[in-house]
Amino acid sequence: MAEEYAIEMLGITKTFPGIVANDNITLQIRSNEIHALLGENGAGKSTLMSVLFGAYAADSGTIKIHGKNVQIKDPNFATELGIGMVHQHFKLVHNYTVTENIVLGKEPRRPLFGKSSPESKVNPKKGNFSLLSLGAAEKKVKQLSDRYGLSVDPKAKIDDITVGMQQRVEILKTLYSDSDIIIFDEPTAVLTPQEIDELMQIILRLKQEGKTIILITHKLKEIKQVADRCSVLRRGKYIGTVDVAKVSEEELATMMVGRPVSFEIEKMPSHPGKKMLEVKELCVKDSLGAEKVHDCSFEVREGEILGIAGIDGNGQSELLQALSGLTQPESGDILLDGKSIVKDDIRERVASGLGYIPEDRQKYGLVSGMNISENCVLKDYYTEKYSKIAGTLDFAKMKKNSDSLIEQFDIRSGQGSETLAGSLSGGNQQKVIVAREISLSPAVLLVAQPTRGLDVGAIEYIRKRIVAERDKGRAILLVSFELDEIMNLCDRIATISKGTIVGTFRSGEVTAEEIGLMMAGVKAKEAKE
Amino acid sequence: MNRKIKEKQSFIDWFINSNGATSVAVVLLGFLFGTILVALVGKKPSNMFKAIFISIVGQANNKGVWNFRYVGETLAYSIPYVLTGLTMAFACRVGLFNIGGEGQYIVGMTIAQTVALLIPAFRGQWILCLALAIVGGAIWGGVVGILKARFQVSEVVATIMLNYIALYGSRLISFQLPGATTYKTAPLPDTAMLEKVLIKTSNLNISFFIMLAACLLYWFIMEKTKLGFGFRATGLNKDAARCSGINVVKNIGLSMAISGAFSGLAGACVLLGGAFTSGRILAGQDNYGFMGIAVALVGNNTALGTLLAGILFGILKESQSLMQNLDIPKEITFIIQGLIVVFIALRSGLELVKQYRAKQKVRKEVLAK
Repeated sequence: MAEEYAIEMLGITKTFPGIVANDNITLQIRSNEIHALLGENGAGKSTLMSVLFGAYAADSGTIKIHGKNVQIKDPNFATELGIGMVHQHFKLVHNYTVTENIVLGKEPRRPLFGKSSPESKVNPKKGNFSLLSLGAAEKKVKQLSDRYGLSVDPKAKIDDITVGMQQRVEILKTLYSDSDIIIFDEPTAVLTPQEIDELMQIILRLKQEGKTIILITHKLKEIKQVADRCSVLRRGKYIGTVDVAKVSEEELATMMVGRPVSFEIEKMPSHPGKKMLEVKELCVKDSLGAEKVHDCSFEVREGEILGIAGIDGNGQSELLQALSGLTQPESGDILLDGKSIVKDDIRERVASGLGYIPEDRQKYGLVSGMNISENCVLKDYYTEKYSKIAGTLDFAKMKKNSDSLIEQFDIRSGQGSETLAGSLSGGNQQKVIVAREISLSPAVLLVAQPTRGLDVGAIEYIRKRIVAERDKGRAILLVSFELDEIMNLCDRIATISKGTIVGTFRSGEVTAEEIGLMMAGVKAKEAKE
Repeated sequence: MNRKIKEKQSFIDWFINSNGATSVAVVLLGFLFGTILVALVGKKPSNMFKAIFISIVGQANNKGVWNFRYVGETLAYSIPYVLTGLTMAFACRVGLFNIGGEGQYIVGMTIAQTVALLIPAFRGQWILCLALAIVGGAIWGGVVGILKARFQVSEVVATIMLNYIALYGSRLISFQLPGATTYKTAPLPDTAMLEKVLIKTSNLNISFFIMLAACLLYWFIMEKTKLGFGFRATGLNKDAARCSGINVVKNIGLSMAISGAFSGLAGACVLLGGAFTSGRILAGQDNYGFMGIAVALVGNNTALGTLLAGILFGILKESQSLMQNLDIPKEITFIIQGLIVVFIALRSGLELVKQYRAKQKVRKEVLAK
């Protein structure tokens, strides 16, 4: 007899202009299991879940919920069917309380005059001229929070609680609308290691209470930790479903990528030389005037990679903008090879040997309407090297330059140097930026989130390039929100919290848990204990 | 058979991906609708085309001598269209919307007539008139650029306001000029007038060559020089340009000044081109600046495209009087111009076609498996 499935998605195909996001995918999820959905960025995980959640209509295929055929036309209908989603980017109103956020869209009301009838609570749509009645909702939120061990204060404002707590509010939202199937979309991307552990406990608790969980992720460790079964997608195709207990992390990785991969980068010990980049008591304000970097000091030496670990939004972007010259710091000094560059404009900084691989490659890294050849000379087109008479550009030389970079960095493009940067894949766009920065042979290279959103092949390649640059004697500052990346690549690790460096350690002297505590603002000494 | 289908598809792909081809198609579509309209009001569409034809190649008179006067007038009319078109196109390429072409045009014209009337006549005076008109237009545009770059003042609002300041400022100044009445000043000296060239029976003058040189200069700066590279990068992605060390503030200021210079020149060319014998006291805007927006749109902001689009608008203007002689309402030319602009604006609809075709292609590949 057939197994009982909570969700069956059979033969789902969904195409977008230019790509097949889901190619005849079948996903079967048993009742009351934790089912992981594994795949690289762009493998089609999010698309498949959006189809399930009613955000996209599939081109073909059927969906069954508890054995019944359903047509999910919009997210509201998915909610009615008992499907809830905890999004990667929370959908919360920041100056509302927890309860207000949870009841948003289905506010409990009571009539303007007289006593509230039980009916008006059941049907919140009834009666436009009625009063908001939060009391009952608050009670229900408290009950749910206690039952699942979430310890959320229903009256707290979203602004005042941590990111981990905000995620729990999202979980409560799904519980409040009686979902028995909960989808988690990359839930650990924004959490510290400690918060991740707590989340895993919550997910196990939800299973105990009879919920069915779908966990979308590309992190193998988490799958091994909590999931019962795991389905793997690769480039829009369904690869297979396995019992997590019976496979190793390596086997999962091979299924995901299609070939054996190692996430560890092999590197020789570093041989740091003299101080190349020194940051002294730097304070930076953001565009709204709030101080985001406070008294930040560190140095990077020749031939070493200094990693800045921290949770998104702790001043990393502002620090990088001040270093690269996009904004002026309030106070403090930046020394490049012993000389202050704090008063220099961006072009002067580039000329004195500062390279920058920005976090937002679409916005700051590339001009997508220009071709690869032009993007490769964006920083030094004005120099003698590319000049001809009367201020004209030497286009032949530019093409020669980019042809050789395309070759060296294995940039895949339709029409070689003439390809518009905007039409490249994310990995190849990043390769163009990396190629440009490295070709300028900077003494100091600032690298922000270099592998975000890239596929495993590109990640391996770019990490190797960064290590190769270190071995050439460059000083490299790496800012990343992925702790694994920092632990893997860096020779020294500085942890940033609320715009201040909490502690700096040689890699190997500190564990991921200790860094996690420092990320949350615990002092270095205490974290070490 | 199969190959034929393939060729046909690739033609459609080429067509929707080529800006030039869609522009030509849009112009043809405009004429097609114009023809239908003429037929609908019970006139002969052939007469409309006859008028347009004459304005392109000329006409034989009853003695059998070919008269090129109409061609000359067409080209003369196209001069300010092309120049104001370059104004719009140049700013657009740097990511700015300069709708102050009209104001910059008026400033150029006012300076030209002031120089012509106040400075004692000397040989080659027209050169000084044009040069100072260019400077005036550049300043009028550059001010907006500086406001935009330094203080984030919207260039759209600033240019609209400056259009009015230019118009009424021009009236104030021109009333002080010698021999000023309510609508004109004293006659312009011959030394200030632009020399007629090629077709001496028409108003075609030396500024036609200056206009061609302006197109060439536009192309050279934009496509060939380092300066143009910085301009284009600024226009396509201001943030990435800044992050790469390009001085975005300077580029915005400078490009608005260059942009304005083209319209300043246009103003002087219209005034000294032979259609006017005395200085003008403007009662309203000439609208060349605004027509420039349409010209640049049809010409895809390229030098060659703007030149061709400007000549097209010159043809339509010259054929107006010919149409009236042939019992066709001249308003049809405005309708055709309007239709062309509307169809150009509909071009973004092609994006939907592109997406649909890409989707179909992928679907076919999937089904073929």
